[in-house]
Amino acid sequence: MTWDQGLHKGVVTLADAPGATRELSYLEAIREAMRYELRRDPAVLLMGEDIGAYGGAFKVTQGLFEEFGDARVIDTPMAELAMLYAAVGMSFEGLRPVVELQFADFISTGFDAIVQFAATNHYRWGQPVPITLRAPGAGGLRAGPFHSQSNEAWFVHTPGLKVVAPATPADAWGLLISAIRDPNPVIYYETKYLYRSLKGPVAEGEAGLVPIGKAATRRAGEELTIITYGAMVHEALAVAVQLEREDRSVEVLDLRTLKPLDEAAILAAARKTGKVLIVHEANRTCGVGGEVAALIAEHAFEQLDAPITRLAGPDTPVPYSPPLEDAHRPGAASILKAARALLAY
Amino acid sequence: MQLPPDLLARAHYSMRLARALDDRGTFLHKQSKIVGGYFSQIGHEAISVAASLALGPDDVCAPMHRDLGAYLVRGLHPRRILAQYFGRATGVSRGRDANLHGMGDLRHGIVGFISHLPASLGVIMGMAHAIKLKGEPRVALGFFGDGSASQGLAHEAMNWGAVFQLPAVLICENNQYAYSTPLTRQMRIEHLAERAAAYGMPGMVVDGNDFCAVYVAVAAAVERARAGGGPSLIECKTMRMRGHAIHDNQAYVPPELLAEWAQRDPIAHLEAHLRERGLLDDDALAALLAQIEQELDEAQAFAESSPYPDGADVREGVYAAGGA
Repeated sequence: MTWDQGLHKGVVTLADAPGATRELSYLEAIREAMRYELRRDPAVLLMGEDIGAYGGAFKVTQGLFEEFGDARVIDTPMAELAMLYAAVGMSFEGLRPVVELQFADFISTGFDAIVQFAATNHYRWGQPVPITLRAPGAGGLRAGPFHSQSNEAWFVHTPGLKVVAPATPADAWGLLISAIRDPNPVIYYETKYLYRSLKGPVAEGEAGLVPIGKAATRRAGEELTIITYGAMVHEALAVAVQLEREDRSVEVLDLRTLKPLDEAAILAAARKTGKVLIVHEANRTCGVGGEVAALIAEHAFEQLDAPITRLAGPDTPVPYSPPLEDAHRPGAASILKAARALLAY
Repeated sequence: MQLPPDLLARAHYSMRLARALDDRGTFLHKQSKIVGGYFSQIGHEAISVAASLALGPDDVCAPMHRDLGAYLVRGLHPRRILAQYFGRATGVSRGRDANLHGMGDLRHGIVGFISHLPASLGVIMGMAHAIKLKGEPRVALGFFGDGSASQGLAHEAMNWGAVFQLPAVLICENNQYAYSTPLTRQMRIEHLAERAAAYGMPGMVVDGNDFCAVYVAVAAAVERARAGGGPSLIECKTMRMRGHAIHDNQAYVPPELLAEWAQRDPIAHLEAHLRERGLLDDDALAALLAQIEQELDEAQAFAESSPYPDGADVREGVYAAGGA
């Protein structure tokens, strides 16, 4: 659909196939979610660097330019600050821009537009800012300090933003659609490591929507709760499977949304097992894990049987060389070690 | 070229209203009725009023803290503006934002200002971009200053507008000082408008204290933008006649510079033109000023009798309701 055919002539309702699912990679789920929204709502557009005919640095938008044209899949100058201010301006005019940051690392060049402007308009003068920023983040790809960052905590600290971090293709689909439809600025942290390494079932149509602000219990357990998000969900699940073989029962809670945190789910999961291990790739100090730990300490202290434990990246840039990055990034081995220590406490 | 009398009358009223509201705000701040900072725009009336009068009702603009005239021309009532200054629940930002900040209302085509200039240019480019994509015959206009021209965003936004040939007009209010920093520390060139050529858009310099000159230049740029001709940069030379904000006596400005610009007051300039054309006399001016004082008395009474926001609502409004 081009702008001429559809723009502002109303939202298209697509027929759902109730109950139908398809197998998609994490990357395909993101692409298909954008395609679904581009088809459904003529106000939705994509904007970013190299996202058009080239299909994006990671080919996430491949094929969308051909289907929707250059008025809805817009290649921009290399200017994140103008791009993000422009996205806010477009939203003032009734559009719903979805901006691809080429790497989450580059989001810092557009910082003012996000934390000073996009995040504050509704509070200051009642103007909603329905924009979605796709931030391909996190490490494990030997990409070095400027292509591996997990900088979500910057924005979790900022009032007025929402921050999501899907870990599965189903959530990648469902959370992206929810982000695009949300009347607030949403930063959508997609994990590059999972783009092609992870496949899974995705419910088609409206049935696949995932609400912002709801965590998901990925595995039920009785003795220890691992709270995490992003690629670390899968590392934690591997640990839970390993420990099950040792007759230990581990619960894994996938936060999915980092702002607002699903406080009820976090507290319920902490109270259930009395032992909590928080895991994330992002560096430790003032990370999301600190907030989760404080929440549990404030509200579930009396149900705890062990100190709340954090396993996070160290407070360094993300290094390049494999032995260094492996030492930086939590994984099944380090999670297993921390989990065993907590179980033995 | 002579501008029509009805346009000049509206301009005169708006510039006088902006000046009187500015003076009243200063007075109320000295009485401690207005808290926090206070920004005067005296000397900028011709620019903000002319630029906003050159826009159509469906056009949009992003004013800054020296553009009281633009807010008034676009239809924000002095009641809401004074209530904003007083931090009342009836102010434009319902007490959330300070004085001339955050006074946005898209029903009037006004974007709420933030201190991070030239944010106005970035957001205006987005609005102009959307307008172009939608194929609507509308224009977006952004104000910025000489200091913010040194920001990277000024470059990014001007380049963006030129690359996409957007229906945008950029008004630089070159008032010689950014806080205490003089123009010579912001740029090596004489006219900021020279930079327009580097982006591939027209740039022009006008006397920012001459209403007619600003109006004619902006109207031409608006017409060009509306016709699909892309963005323009207009540099309006003026002088900040007061300090950066009310606490600042701007002792760093050479007195002779202020004296020189005092002789070029934009309101005096317009009134001389009106008298020359037989459109204004002493009685008419006295009547206009009395009418404005009465309007401001009423606006002040409204603002002062308005309730403060409830502290219990401090969390209200951070997020727009709705969504999944």
